[in-house]
This record gives sequence, C-alpha cells and structure tokens, in this order.
Amino acid sequence: MRRITGIGQYVVGDSPLHRLDSAAKIGVAVAFTVALFTVGGFAGLAVVAGAVVAAVAISRVPVSAVARGLRAVAMIMVLTVVANALRWQPVDALARLGPLAIDGAGLRTGVFFAVRIVLLVTGTSLLTLTTSPVRLAGGIERVLAPLEVFRIPVGDLAMTLTIALRFIPTTAEEAENIMTAQQARGASFDTGGPLARARAYAPVLVPLFFQLFRRADALATAMEARCYRGSEGRTRLVEERMKRSDWLTMIGVSMVLIAVGWLL
Amino acid sequence: MISFESVGFRYRSDTPLALEGVSLHVSPGELVAIVGANGSGKSTLARLCDGLLTPTAGRVLVDGLDTSDPETIWSIRSLVGMVFQDPDDQIVGTVVEEDCAFGPENLGVPSAEIRERVDAALSAVGLEGLQRREPHLLSEGQKQRLAVAGALAMRPRYLVLDEPTAMLDPVGRRSVLEVTEHLARVEGHGVLVVSHDVAGVARSDRVIGLARGRVIYDGAPEQLLADPGMMESLGLAPSPAGVLAEALRACGLDVPFTAADAEGVVDALCR
Amino acid sequence: MSLTFSHVSCAYAPGTSAASVALQDVSFVLEPGELVVVLGPTGSGKTTLLRAAAGLLPIVAGAVKVDGRPVSGSGAVRGSVGLVFQRPESQFFSLTVEEDCAFGPRNLGRGSSDALADAHAALSTVGLDPRSFGAREPWSLSGGEARRAALAGVLAMRPRYLLLDEPTAGLDADGRAAVSAAIEAARRDAGVMVVTHDSEIFLGHADRVLVLSEGRSAFSGDVTELLAAFDRLSSSGAVQPPEVPRTLMLARERGLPVVGALTLDPLVAAAMLARAVGDCEGGPL
Repeated sequence: MRRITGIGQYVVGDSPLHRLDSAAKIGVAVAFTVALFTVGGFAGLAVVAGAVVAAVAISRVPVSAVARGLRAVAMIMVLTVVANALRWQPVDALARLGPLAIDGAGLRTGVFFAVRIVLLVTGTSLLTLTTSPVRLAGGIERVLAPLEVFRIPVGDLAMTLTIALRFIPTTAEEAENIMTAQQARGASFDTGGPLARARAYAPVLVPLFFQLFRRADALATAMEARCYRGSEGRTRLVEERMKRSDWLTMIGVSMVLIAVGWLL
Repeated sequence: MISFESVGFRYRSDTPLALEGVSLHVSPGELVAIVGANGSGKSTLARLCDGLLTPTAGRVLVDGLDTSDPETIWSIRSLVGMVFQDPDDQIVGTVVEEDCAFGPENLGVPSAEIRERVDAALSAVGLEGLQRREPHLLSEGQKQRLAVAGALAMRPRYLVLDEPTAMLDPVGRRSVLEVTEHLARVEGHGVLVVSHDVAGVARSDRVIGLARGRVIYDGAPEQLLADPGMMESLGLAPSPAGVLAEALRACGLDVPFTAADAEGVVDALCR
Repeated sequence: MSLTFSHVSCAYAPGTSAASVALQDVSFVLEPGELVVVLGPTGSGKTTLLRAAAGLLPIVAGAVKVDGRPVSGSGAVRGSVGLVFQRPESQFFSLTVEEDCAFGPRNLGRGSSDALADAHAALSTVGLDPRSFGAREPWSLSGGEARRAALAGVLAMRPRYLLLDEPTAGLDADGRAAVSAAIEAARRDAGVMVVTHDSEIFLGHADRVLVLSEGRSAFSGDVTELLAAFDRLSSSGAVQPPEVPRTLMLARERGLPVVGALTLDPLVAAAMLARAVGDCEGGPL
C-alpha cells in the first residue's frame, strides 16, 4: 500500500535556499525558465546545469528527493531523443536501423531538448522542495498581487490553492476507502477494455464528488463562522517580506541567468 | 448574553417551521446542553446563534447585537465561536497552527498577537507541541479539539458546539467534553452544546429540550433525568449507568438523577 | 464451515492517522450463526484485521481460510465474505436504494432481476420495506436508515461471513437499536464479526470476544471470561469496559466491598452495590 505523503514535496530544512524569501524564489524560477528557453547551445546549457547543481548542493536536499521528480518525465525524455534522432532519409547518418537511421544533427537536438527538460524539472522542483506550501501560496499571492488592479481576486485564489493542498491527503484517503469498499462488493477496476474500465470507476467517482461538494459547502459555512470575508484586510501568522538580501539575490541571480540565455 | 426572543425559522416558504416561538438565554460561565430527537431543530438553533441563519420571526441578540443586522454580524461572529460535527469539514490549514490562526487572520489581528493567541488556544485544548503537524495525521478527537482551538483563537465570549462528539470514539468524546467543561467552568465562556449524550447532559448546568421545533424543557438536568416521559419526548434513553442508578434508588439509596455515568454513581455511594 | 484466521501477521500503511499498524500473530475462528465482537483502542489493528479477513490485504505470516480454502486476493472470497466499512452510507452511488443494493449481486454475476430480488430480500432483513425504500434516493435517508441500506448492499451478496467496522458509530439511540436488530437478523444466515467501540449494545449478544492491543491479541474468549479479565485489560489501556462493569470496578477501587463477578446487567450490578453499601430495603431486586 502506498503511504500517502502529505502536501507536495516539501523537505524540511534550514539551508540558505530554504531561508530565501518565497517571492524571490519564484522570481528566480521565472528567470531560470526564460534562460533555459533562450539558451542557444550546449555551452549555455552547461552553465545553467552548473547553476542547478550548485543550487541543489546549497539546498542540502537529498538527491533522491530531486530524482523522484525526474522519474515522471523519464518517458518524455526518451521519446524526445528518439523522435529527434530517427530520420527516414538522413543527411548525416551515424548508424542505420532498417529503413530508419540515426541522424547526427537530430541526435544532438534531441539530447539538447532532453537535457533542457531535466534541468527544467530539477530547477523548478527545487522551488517546491525548499518552500513550505503555506509560504509558497503566500509567495504566489504577493507576486500576483499587482493583478488585483485588474479586479482579479488574487487573495481568494491563493486561499483556494491552500485549501486544495490541505485536502489532497484527505481526499486521497477517501477515494481509497471508497475504492476498497466497492471492491469488497465485487467491483473490479482492472478488467475489460478502456471503456469498461472507465465505467467501472463510476461507483468511486460519484460518491467521491458528492462528498467533495458536500464538504465544500460545509467548509464554506465553517469559514464564514470564523469571519472569513475574502482576503481584504487579512493578516498572516507567517508574514513574509522581502529583505534587502532577498532583493539582491533575486535580481542578481536572475540577471546572470538571463544574460547566459541571451549570450550563450 | 445570547438571547432568543420568540424565534421562528423556516428553511423555505414551502417547508414547515423548523423552530417556533423559541425563547431562551445563555450567559457567560454557563454550560448549557441542547437536546431533542432528530429533526427537533437543534442544529438550526445552533446556527441561529451566530447569524449563519437569521430568524424568520422574532430575533436573536448576542450581547445586545441583533444577528439580522448586516452591520454587526461580523462582530457577532467573533463573539460566538462555532464548532461543527465533522472535524474535517472545518479544518482549512495545511498545518495545525495555520488552521488555528485562520480566525484571527480574518480579523486582521497583528502577526505577533496571532502567534500568542494560537499558542494559548492550542494549550487550552491540550494540543500544545503539535503546531507543525499536518491535520490528516491527527486522531479524530485531536482534530475536533483543533476545531475548538480555532474558535478560541478568536477570543469569543460564547461557544456553540453542534454534536461535537458524534463522530468520535469514547476516548475522543471524553477529551472534547472535558474541554467544554473547562471552558465554561474555569475560563468563563458561555458554552452551548447540542448533544445526544446523556452523560454529557447530566454534567451541564442547564438543559434546553426541543421537540418538533418548540422548547418543551428549560431547566436543571436533575428534573429532566428524573422524568422518563420527558426524556422520551426528547429522544433520550437513560444510560446504562442511569438504569443502574434507578435500581439503586428503588432500593432506597440516595443516588441523584444526575448520576448518569460510573463516576456519578460511585461518587454518590461513597458519600 | 468457518472463517479461520491462524497466527496471522500483516503490515499495513494506509496513510491514515494510524500510520503503519501491523497485526502480529492473531488467531480466531468464525462460524455461521455466531457473533464475535472485536474491541480495542483506535489504532490497535481492528480495521486491518477485517480487511485481511476479507482478502483485501496481503498477509506476511499465518493463514486465512474461508471454508477450508485459502484466501488470496479477492478471488476466493468474493461473495462468501461481506465487509461493511465505516460510514458505508458515504459510498452510495446509485439513483435508487435498490439499484445500489443490487450492485454487489450484479458483480457476482447474478442476472438483473435476480440481483434486484436479492436486494429486496436484504432490505427486508434490515427492516427497510423494499416497496417504500427501494425507489428512494439513497441520500434522502436518515442516518439509521442509510446505514441499514448500506448494510443491505452487502447482505444482498448473501455472504456466509459478515464483517462490520463500527456499524453504530455516529447514530442516535434509535439508529443504533435498528442497526443492532438488523445485525441480529443477518446472524441467522451468517457468521458475524463486529469491530466496535459500542460494547454496550453488542456484548449482550456476543458469543465470543477478541480484544486487540497494538496489533496483538490481548484477550480471546467468551463474555464471562472477558468480564473476569476486565481488571487486567483496562489497566493496560487495552479496553474501556462498558459503564455497568466499570461502575463496579470503580466502586471496588474506592474501597466498597463489592462481592461477585463483574456483570453487564445493571440490575444485578445494582444489587451487588446495594449489598456492598449494606443498605437495601428489598426493593424490586
């Protein structure tokens, strides 16, 4: 049986990366993503890779936690390499496999894209690995706050995000209970073709959704009873504010990354 | 004081009255039990206490403020803390202290003071040290006590609990009831508990009994427990210890009607 | 013909508040017509026990056999062991009560009208008239009715062994009485095992009791033996005795000379206490 881990992948710690303001981390993550997609060749990629490795080291997060995220994209990486490398009638063939051939230029492109995916996943997962869900939601809220000018309810969205995170383990547990209960009544989820299997999930999804809607209603009542009126005027238990060091780190690192993407 | 003045309520114009002509009051320091069979209007009454529902007839006043008045409703909600039946339907925080802080955060309390209130509230319900625990790792009894702490963090004068122990095992039930007694008797809150539990009823200062939306009893627990007819109208069955106590009384022993659990009976015998 | 659990050990990590509750060397035998009550604090492995008995959990040691055949996965068990989970009414998914009840028999391969007939029979057994309740929406039922309807959903599969996890939790006095009566009715055709905190209602009818503590069997025997063992069991925290024996135990602790074996009967207990206090005017006792 799986153990249902709590919210997200947050690994408790006290590294400089953990202590960095969450909004600053989000800013760096954005710059990092921009840099990754503007980088021109392997040289630039290597520099960015070096930055990622350094960040992982500074964060003191176990490599296994970082690697876990990569498992999900392993298939995509392989497909990327293969799709780019194999050609029908290549210009610069390195080897032949029947009618198909491995194209040298294609292989290079494929590897480039694959490495980029690895770096993207690793770099951005460092954000969730070193930032607790509460601070992450707070950071997102502060970063998006200017959008309030356009009447977008950023605060309410952040609250929605926090509540959704809080209910992930609870909902997963309920889904599992319902599945087991229906299995005990003879339901089977792994026989038959795709259509049959999809139908088999109805006895799980219907009660689950019913419960979720009922719970949402009850939760809304409970929140009102605790004076929730929307996010205006709310204070926080954990008040994060950008310090000078956070600004300097964010601006400095972002500028370097973007420069790398531009130049290399 | 929370007071109901001839309150009537119906959910929709085509449904019968859920409450009719209800008048009652609860003062700080009192522990009041609200009893009645299913459908008697107990939950409706609980929700009228802090304006989650507003009366269709009569009015509900909390320290003089009318719950129907949109200007004062939020002040009322910080005076009256609510705890509901299912702990999972009340907990919004990703960790214990975050959830407990939810109320004060909504009230715009400054950050440092929120910390104080949270720590105090968690201590008051026996959850000190669990600040960073994720809610899904708590037992049901702990979750319910967290819900109580969340209400306490708003520094209410009154607490209304709607069948708080319905989903708990005996250990969890006892822990929550002890907390409610402490909050009324020691901390001086006015505590209203909607309940089926006869043992809890026996330990309250006053009992209000509802049947089909009307108040049919408002007085001390002793008289109620001594009145089998009234007990039945309110959907209460004597507890096993209560049956034992009745047999002892038939034998001539002086065991009060409020002895509804083992401790109550033995205390009486050892006097 | 029995459900046997011999020296079973298993590990379970459900991700609930009871993190990784294992069973260690637990044994019991359940025969049709019997009622076995399982007691123990939250987290002692009671739910794990039921799931293993229903073939829903892999076991690490020992053997679980249903009518002589070992249980492996849910194959051997389908239909012979019915498991009713906690709050089963939260698992309704059909538009009518009878449709939901018929789900089990349909999965066992019963034809549509046969499955419906089974559903109706089960609803009658639990005291819900199929003619009035059959077409109702499951979510419109009261607490006790919904609980019984969910129970009927399992009974409709005609299991020879019925396992129930906290069947009376969260119900009021009427609901509890109705569910208890439904279980007694089911007992005619099946061996019943009930995991519960509500010992008041079930101990009176129990043939045998199993007490679990931290995954191990702390007690196994009949009710009389359980009463004799309450002192030891409650001091170790393994079980909370029902109010009547608890009153007697508390009286003894406080120094009253209570003579006689612990009992569940409030009248007998009252007589014992009256004698201990030395004052009885010979009332209805």
